[in-house]
Amino acid sequence: MSTSRLTHLRQLEAESIHIFREVAAEFERPVMLYSIGKDSAVLLHLARKAFFPSPIPFPLLHVDTTWKFREMIHFRDTIVKDYGLELLVHINPEGVKQGVGPFTHGSALHTDIMKTEALKQALDQYKFDAAFGGARRDEEASRAKERVFSFRNEAHRWDPKNQRPELWNIYNGRVRKGESIRAFPLSNWTELDIWQYIYMEDIPIVPLYFAAERPVVEREGMLIMVDDDRMPLNEGETPMMKSVRFRTLGCYPLTGAIESTAATLPEIIQEMLVARTSERQGRQIDKDQAGSMEKKKQEGYF
Amino acid sequence: MDQKTDTATAEIDAYLKTQEQKNLLRFITCGSVDDGKSTFIGRLLWDSKLLFEDQLATLTAESKRVGTQNGEIDYALLLDGLQAEREQGITIDVAYRFFATDKRKFIVADTPGHEQYTRNMVTGASTADLAVILIDARKGVLIQTMRHSYLVNLLGIKKVVLAINKMDLVDYSEEVFEQIRSDYLKFAEQLNFEQITPIPVSALKGDNMIGASEAMAWYSGPSVLAHLEGVEIGAEDLSRPFRMPVQWVNRPNLDFRGFSGTIASGTIHVGDEIVEPASGRSSRISRIVTFDGDLEEAIAGQAVTLTLEDEIDISRGDILCATKDRPATADQFEAKIVWMSSDSMLPSRTYLLKLGTGTTAARVSNLKYTVNVNTMEQMASKKLELNEIGVCNLSLDKAISFDPYAENPGTGSFILIDRFTNATVAAGMIEFALRRAENIHWQSVDIHKEARAEQKRQKASVLWFTGLSGSGKSTIANLVEKKLHAMDKHTYLLDGDNVRHGLNKDLGFTDADRVENIRRVGETAKLMVDAGLITLVSFISPFRSERQMARGLLEDGEFLEVFVDTPLEICEARDIKGLYKKARAGEIKNFTGISSDYERPENAEIVIDGSRQSPEDSADQIVATLVERGVI
Repeated sequence: MSTSRLTHLRQLEAESIHIFREVAAEFERPVMLYSIGKDSAVLLHLARKAFFPSPIPFPLLHVDTTWKFREMIHFRDTIVKDYGLELLVHINPEGVKQGVGPFTHGSALHTDIMKTEALKQALDQYKFDAAFGGARRDEEASRAKERVFSFRNEAHRWDPKNQRPELWNIYNGRVRKGESIRAFPLSNWTELDIWQYIYMEDIPIVPLYFAAERPVVEREGMLIMVDDDRMPLNEGETPMMKSVRFRTLGCYPLTGAIESTAATLPEIIQEMLVARTSERQGRQIDKDQAGSMEKKKQEGYF
Repeated sequence: MDQKTDTATAEIDAYLKTQEQKNLLRFITCGSVDDGKSTFIGRLLWDSKLLFEDQLATLTAESKRVGTQNGEIDYALLLDGLQAEREQGITIDVAYRFFATDKRKFIVADTPGHEQYTRNMVTGASTADLAVILIDARKGVLIQTMRHSYLVNLLGIKKVVLAINKMDLVDYSEEVFEQIRSDYLKFAEQLNFEQITPIPVSALKGDNMIGASEAMAWYSGPSVLAHLEGVEIGAEDLSRPFRMPVQWVNRPNLDFRGFSGTIASGTIHVGDEIVEPASGRSSRISRIVTFDGDLEEAIAGQAVTLTLEDEIDISRGDILCATKDRPATADQFEAKIVWMSSDSMLPSRTYLLKLGTGTTAARVSNLKYTVNVNTMEQMASKKLELNEIGVCNLSLDKAISFDPYAENPGTGSFILIDRFTNATVAAGMIEFALRRAENIHWQSVDIHKEARAEQKRQKASVLWFTGLSGSGKSTIANLVEKKLHAMDKHTYLLDGDNVRHGLNKDLGFTDADRVENIRRVGETAKLMVDAGLITLVSFISPFRSERQMARGLLEDGEFLEVFVDTPLEICEARDIKGLYKKARAGEIKNFTGISSDYERPENAEIVIDGSRQSPEDSADQIVATLVERGVI
């Protein structure tokens, strides 16, 4: 139940902290999936708040597809050092051996092998029984029904027809050996909440979110940044310098930039308020077909 | 890095500051797709500009592909997230939607109106501050309206918006609106709503949704959105006594010991006296610690870490409370429970009960009656099925602290968890503590179990034989008893068939009766163990949870499960009593292995391979185990 004296961001913050503490108290080996983006930044900030003055009682895990923006990796390493965090980085060795990448294998296969498969490998390897993720219910239709404690069987599969009912703020954290949950402390946050909170709390985020002159090419209506020399240029294609920023960050070849001059948080928020496209629009992965996210989730994608 | 640069206009800064002052309203919408519920929510999302163009494009394309609205935009598609549901055209779960205005942020729990989905509505209502109940103006107050109202009331929601929809289809008639309004108010007299706000709307045309309706000049009340933006909520949490379930003991080093949790109700100040009611230990708050600095005061809804002046033993699951206004502490209480699993609730079966942050073993000791959600009639019943609501007594394996749900939902609500599937099987709301529990004490006696067993030169224990009918349980148990007897040991054999002739002759073979059968046998075995005997129990005992219950009655190490693992084909081929033949012919109902499940033991202390081992070898193996474990 709401209390009128807490503002909506403070209430969301408190509810997220509650979720962090429940998982830490009830599970043997939790881990926080850290994807370096703005949602991860908020997630990390909330985790630090939840356990203060104790340090965060679980490690962070970054599933590195090897195609992240270079600035993301730099930012990740700085944050880990500044906050004294325990970070595990996992790269799918099979994928590396086969040279899997979005240009050679297509976005679907790349995501499947370097992200979904890699994540399962890491969870199995370390025997994590709970993994925090930064997913929000407002992101996409299939997420709107996902639980805060989202149960996964031994094969990491999600069964949307057989979810545990979740009442009040009482979470059922019982799993058998080999089973796990994905916990989503940001379930009830919207994209606007995230930005407002970053602004209010002065949370550091990757500079790619702010507009700057960057080399981009236009492909299938998306502005793709040329982040390194692994990007093959088509005939007649030359990178142009444009003032762009990113609303969402993933593998650079799969993430579309938007033209923008918003170089500060208030400017970004202002742009958002007049925006008429949702943030996932910049993601190739959702375009394949309707319900694609739901399929990926059933298979174990976050 | 400094992200707040001077380039930002003061205007946006000011805007963001006001945005930070917004609060949150959670509400649930009740009604079926026929009432225009999806259009209603879709309209609120659209008008508050929360639908983006790419989402709208997807929606338009999907509307054409699935096509329930002749190519027109089908808002139901926006609200039904999962593909499988989309194709069946029904919503089967709870979905959460978000929108915001300049005054408030809203979270809408969208739940289906179909009868068999009581559990979804109860789930959605559990976190809601307010309910919007939709009525089709052409149909008026229906049975489903009463059902929705009953459930909303059951979960303690006090504020209701009665959205009388499709007014455009009744010519915006004031008479129609007034008739439905008075019908509903009359019906709602038996419920505990504090505020009912009827609003005539057309979600499709937008009348009275966001702004006033020109077509209904006769209506002078607020629009739906204006009401949702202005309605007062949450004040009651603050006026209730202080409660904080402890989630996590915060111990970064030896100098700091704090108790982290979310304040369920009330307020707390540095220096306030608090008590852990189960133990009666009390202390004062020395600090209210947060990442953003210490606080002087904290209120309901805040997640904080409290440190105390005295070192008292407090752990996860305990509830810190105001000393002057304490909760009840008991091991029995009466509660309303909503059953949410397709496995029915069986009295006597043990479940896990999670209240606040504590988990305790519990069983339903008495199902008093079930409530028909359509008519609110009370009916006698022996078990509770999916989506049924029952009033029952629960008996816990230790005393816990709680409040009646009506007085304090945060410390009066619980869930029940199945111990084997780990599924959440029920939601519960406590009515009151049962004092009876405090007056029945175990009679303590001077000659105790160990003394009795010592005299017999043995350790009292139970050998619990489980397996299919015809697996050889009784034959083996009988041999074991003979061997023990020959060794001068003191034994007793409780056999399924024999007990059913006497102690349990009033019981049949339904699931509920099987549970009770095992409970009685378990209790009898416990008395035998108390008498110092080696007790052999030979019962099919098909359900894991009942064997677990029997195990739970005894002390660690006293209970040895013997699984006589003989395949069904062999048991059926033997068919010593001719029962399988009858079961196959349908003459015996609920026959284990044929028409009723046998749940195999997972961690039996002794496993007998009934297809390979002779009864003689099996008995020797068991006696050898008893020697190994020091029982004899």
